[in-house]
Amino acid sequence: MARITAGVGSSHVPAIGVAMDTGKTGEPYWQPVFAGYEASRAWMKEQDPDVIFLVYNDHCTAFSAEVIPTFALGCAAEFEPADEGWGPRPVPVVKGHPKLASHIAQSVILDEFDLTIMNQMEVDHGLTVPLSLMYGEVDAWPAQVIPLCVNVVQYPPPTGNRCYNLGKAVRKAFESYEDDLKVVVFGTGGMSHQLQAQRAGLINPEFDTRFLDLLTEDPVAGSQISHVEYLRESGSEGIEMVMWYVMRGALNDNVREVHRHYHIPASNTAVGHIILENV
Amino acid sequence: MTQEKAYDDIPGTFVFDADRSRQGYHLNMFCISLRRAPARDAFRADPEAYLDKFPMSAEQRDAVRKRDWNRMLELGGNIYYTSKLAAFDGITFQALAALMTGMSEQAYRKMMVEGGRPIEGNRYTSEWESK
Repeated sequence: MARITAGVGSSHVPAIGVAMDTGKTGEPYWQPVFAGYEASRAWMKEQDPDVIFLVYNDHCTAFSAEVIPTFALGCAAEFEPADEGWGPRPVPVVKGHPKLASHIAQSVILDEFDLTIMNQMEVDHGLTVPLSLMYGEVDAWPAQVIPLCVNVVQYPPPTGNRCYNLGKAVRKAFESYEDDLKVVVFGTGGMSHQLQAQRAGLINPEFDTRFLDLLTEDPVAGSQISHVEYLRESGSEGIEMVMWYVMRGALNDNVREVHRHYHIPASNTAVGHIILENV
Repeated sequence: MTQEKAYDDIPGTFVFDADRSRQGYHLNMFCISLRRAPARDAFRADPEAYLDKFPMSAEQRDAVRKRDWNRMLELGGNIYYTSKLAAFDGITFQALAALMTGMSEQAYRKMMVEGGRPIEGNRYTSEWESK
């Protein structure tokens, strides 16, 4: 079976990718952001998963207003980093795992989660920035990646509860897979931020801290945070934190928090990062 | 009559819901088209002819011409789309955010470095009205 050993939560701010790609990580503005990932990179090397199940959102790159799937699973053999309007990021092509991905699709659809299946998809900073943060600069990504793309652009995104339950179905799917593989699940996005209109720049560290505490200790309660609470308390774009609950649902009920990092700001956003190991 | 929504009382925020998505469809499709270089060239060469390809409302087209970023959002634009128009103009995401708040880019950046816009006093429209 494929065994999930741990979950990683991380922001995926595009400016973080730009800072890495242009050699600015040592600048005083960026240094504290990246310092919090140093231990994570060592942890990642030690974990050395075969597969990363990476939950993220597309930012009008693979999808535009024409097509807006709530959950889209990447089943392709590879995913090209997209040109988001300023050239593709200079990072390796993301290798998928079509056999395992299609197994997951079949399993969770029969568990009544109606996924969209993507056999061709470009991936944007939402997916590549967390990989860069966790692996640093590499010639090839050390793990195969199964992307799960969640709509958080058009309101309403799926509820935290829905995401949490989907995570549980994903875990069941991994456990029924025929080959032995080691899996780490990423939930990305957040933390509090608002990118639009007169309230842009909103940051709420109290909300973020409570979110992280609940994620570790009481995910059932945390998965019930309402959409309006996210919008009001964590900003209109902070609502993308629901995606962390797919990751949490894929883990055991009891987890050990082995790392946490929080920093304000990266561009318009509070950066949050957590590593949870199954116990 | 539009139904009242539970998030209508959040100040300075346009929630991109189904109503706004419907209203802003052509505006957003115009913005996202600028992700491709040939489209950017065509828009630069003849903005009005390029805009003719997208059946936006007169108000939306006017907001695009004036680069009235908040008005675009009010008329159904979404920030991930309008930011492509800003990028076309050479405006970074953070500079765009500053423009929408009415702050200078420098003042906005300083606010972010100092911890961002606080949540206190920024939860409800009533808190803004009493300012």
